[in-house]
Formats: sequence, structure tokens, C-alpha cells
Amino acid sequence: MTWFRREKTELNPADKAESRLRTEGLWSKCDQCRNIIWKKDLEENQHVCPRCGSHFRLGARPRLALLFDESGYQELDAGLFSTDPLSFTDTKAYRHRLASARSATGLQDAVITAEGRLDGQPVIVCAMEYGFIGGSMGAVVGEKITRAVEYAENRRQPLIVISASGGARMMEGAVSLMQMGKIAAALARLDEAGVPFISILTDPTTGGVTASYAMLGDLNLAEPGALIGFAGPRVIEQTIRQKLPEGFQRSEFLREHGMLDAIVERKQMRATLIRLLAFCRPRAEAAPRPRAAGRS
Amino acid sequence: MNMADLPSSSNPAWQRVELARHPQRPSFLDFVRELCSDFFELHGDRRFADDEALVGGIAAFRGRQVLVLGQQRGHDIKERIRRNFGQAKPEGYRKALRLMRLAEKFHRPILTFVDTQGAYPGIDAEERGQAEAIAFNLREMARLRVPVVATIIGEGGSGGALAIALANRVLMLENAIYSVISPEGCASIMWRDPAKKETAAAALRLTAPELLELKLIDEVVPEPEGGAHNDPARAAAWLGEALERTLNQLDAAADLPGQRYQRWRRMGQFFDETA
Ligand SMILES: [Zn+2]
Repeated sequence: MTWFRREKTELNPADKAESRLRTEGLWSKCDQCRNIIWKKDLEENQHVCPRCGSHFRLGARPRLALLFDESGYQELDAGLFSTDPLSFTDTKAYRHRLASARSATGLQDAVITAEGRLDGQPVIVCAMEYGFIGGSMGAVVGEKITRAVEYAENRRQPLIVISASGGARMMEGAVSLMQMGKIAAALARLDEAGVPFISILTDPTTGGVTASYAMLGDLNLAEPGALIGFAGPRVIEQTIRQKLPEGFQRSEFLREHGMLDAIVERKQMRATLIRLLAFCRPRAEAAPRPRAAGRS
Repeated sequence: MNMADLPSSSNPAWQRVELARHPQRPSFLDFVRELCSDFFELHGDRRFADDEALVGGIAAFRGRQVLVLGQQRGHDIKERIRRNFGQAKPEGYRKALRLMRLAEKFHRPILTFVDTQGAYPGIDAEERGQAEAIAFNLREMARLRVPVVATIIGEGGSGGALAIALANRVLMLENAIYSVISPEGCASIMWRDPAKKETAAAALRLTAPELLELKLIDEVVPEPEGGAHNDPARAAAWLGEALERTLNQLDAAADLPGQRYQRWRRMGQFFDETA
């Protein structure tokens, strides 16, 4: 299996790509409560403000480390990289943006897909990296997540996707757009196979990522206070020419409008997933295609 | 050809953007009138409302009973406002899925016609789950057991276009455009200058021949000289031939969801792997 590259597990790496933190040496300022927090306190608190509970953005690697068992995880398809299908250049060439993102994050693209165990149970987890071009989805993110869906189906292991993304990657044009269809089509098969898919939406999850896999979980969970939507707030403000109400497109707003099963604090996420997966067990055997009877 | 028809730009991608949005360009319902008989419109998502931006109904097309669906931008300002300029809300996408399942139940092929700047970006659309409505359509269209053929007839704007275009075959009129973002939106985000829209249009490779080369669409349907608006009847006749031929091919396909999956699984193989 050439695609199956096992790499040394990193359990607790420093997260360079983490944003929203205004770091001045050892101190950070919380955007929510404006308190100055000792960085070490923040790290020990899983990057949740110890004063007000605000959830800071978190990179893909520390996320995976928080979820998996202590035995760690193995990355899947870690070597895939974009070949710049449009030879796109705006004020800067896309291939240079890719190179900067690679050196800033140590990743080839905006998602890590991994296998490992959660409370002893084998699971496939995809974690998006907002620090890599805003977590945007191009052909590599689309392919890696589609393969992760297929691994989950073939091995009958639950799939968990942690989204943090501004949406489709403009620099890959319609190639990015089609990834929405590709992943959604793979998720239809996973659904038919009776394998659970839990979607975790974190700050921010917008655009083509929300409008494809992030909203298609058997269960959709979100961290508190995350920006979640289809259109970005700026686009909506320009369209309707008025200020948006406080709390619009935040997790609590989405739950109120019926789009989320639950809002789960970061510190409770692992225990919550274990609880939910005790109910959502992969069905023992694949149902024959075409799909199982009973769906109208 | 009069002066108004002369392109305002020397940028070929932008010329196509202007043709795709031409005020006289045939709309979805114009194509339905030319291509089909006995069109009967079906309204509503049975949950919230009837979205007039996205129209659906049953029709007879060259000896077949088919379901037709598409965004309708409207010709005059009154119709445009009524149809929200072809920008559908969640209820529009949910109506579309309801009708597609109706077609599946009665083994009728589905023809969709895409012409939208995008799904509506507004407070009410977000409240009712615009993202969920689009995502759900993508997943459910993937497993429909009847033939689905999508045609991009004007503007194919992002997820709001894709939400009715997860088809077995995707056709595109010669002067239509299909993109992840409008050239204007791309220019203001990437160049921070809306005036760069023509440059952005070229960079996005949103024209039919370019998308065919990227293997993202299956066929480019030619238009009459100067664009479909110069001879709507002929444009419709050429599209009708392509659609009939495509449906005949899909009649022979044994596993339509399987064919559709393989088609979408191949989308965008633009990556390599480090050793
Ligand atoms: Zn705080």
C-alpha cells in the first residue's frame, strides 16, 4: 500500500500555525475578555482562556494529540501536495503561497488525516489546519478527506472530521469547488455502509467546507463560540447593507436554529466522542449496493 | 450585430463573463419552452416556502417524461426581484431535492439547468441552514438511481450552482462560466481591488473550454455566432441534441449511482506525492 505512509507520531509539538494569539514573549492576550494570560497556563488549559472560557484556535497536530489515546496516531497520505492546476497568480504566485504555508506549518496542505485509537477503538480522524492558507480546500484536501472516507468505509472504522476552514481554495478555482461534490459522494457511500461520521466544527468553518462535509455528520458538534456559516459575515453585510446581529453565525446561533446536535467544550470533546461512539457503532456488515431499502 | 453587442474588453475570459450574464441571454425557462412541451411547474419544499429563484417541474422532452430544474434570474426588474436574481435560499434547494426524489420514484430522468451567481447570502438563508441544504443535496444527488444531466447555461456560481449539478454528466454552453467564486469576489479578496475583475476572470479559468481541459465538465455545447441570445432557437436545438444523445447513452448504463460516483471521484487529480 504505497499511499500508506507511517510516520513517527508526534504527541505534543509546539503549534506554530496557531492564530488569534497575540504573543508577546510568554504572554498572550485573550480577544474575548482582554485579560493577559501566561502562555503556559493557556497551553495547560488546552488553549481555552482560563479566565473566560473562550476557545482559541488550535492547529491540526495538537488537536489530534488531544483526541487520540496515548498510543498516538499515524498519518495517512501525508506526502500529497498540490501541483497548482491553474498556475494561479494574484499579487503573489500560488506556488509561493504554498511554499510559505509549508514552511510555516510543516504540513504539505491544510489537513492531516490519521488513524489511531480512541478509547481503544480504531478510528480515522481528519483535522484541518487553519494556519495553512486559511484551512482552504483544494484538490489535496479533497483527495485526502475522500480517501479517509474510503478507509473508514473499507475498514468499518468511525470517521471524525474536525473542520477549521474559510472554504474552498480560490487559487484552485473550480477544481476546489468540485471537491465538495467528491467528498459528499463518498459520504453517501459511508452512510449506506452504516459507518458513523462525526463532524466537529471549530472556529471558523465557512463556505464550501460547511456546505459539504462539515454539515453532513451523523452528528454535528461544535466548539463554543465558533463562527460557522455558508456565506461569510462580510459578504452578507455587503449584500443586505446592514450590521449583523450580535452572535450571528456563532455555534450557539446554529444550535438554536437546529443545525447542531450539541456544543461541546474542548476539554469535554474526547469523552463526548467516546460516549457518542458507544451508540454509533459501525454496522457489522456492509449493506449491498444500491442502497438499503427503507430510505424514501 | 449592433454596437451594444461588441465586447467591451479585449480579455477573452471577461468577454465570456459578459456573454454569460447578457441580459438577453436565454434563461432556464426560455430553454424549457424551446426544448420541452407540457411543462407543468411544481412548487414548494413542503417545509417552509416556495422559492421562485429555483424553478422545477415535469415536462416532455423528445419522447421522454423528464423532471426539469433550474435557477431563473428573470428578464425584467420586476421578475428579477420576485426571483431574487436567481439566488436560491435553503427552501429552493430543498424543493429541488424533493422533486428529484419524485423523479427517482417514477424512474424519470432529471435535467438540471444552472444559472446563478450563487446561493443567496443573507440572514434568513443562514438561519434556515443554507450550508446544510446545499451539502444535503450533494450527498443525496450522489445516490439517485435515475439519470441526472446538468447543464451550465449561464453563470455557475459556486456551491449554489453545484447543489443541483452533482450529475452523471455535466454539459456546459460555450459561453457559460463556472467558478468557485465570482471574478468580482476573487478580485476584492485576492487583489483587494474590485477593478481587477477581468484579471481574476482569466486567472480562475472559468470558461467552458478551460474546464473541459481540466476534466471538470464532460462536454461543451456550441452556441450560435456571437452568443446564445443572437439565436435562442438554434442554441436550444443544439443543446437539445446534446441532451438527447447524453440521455441515450445513460439509458445503457447499468449502475447510475456507481457511474456518478466514479465520475466525481476523479475530480481534480492535481496532486503529487513526496517520496
Ligand atoms: Zn478570556
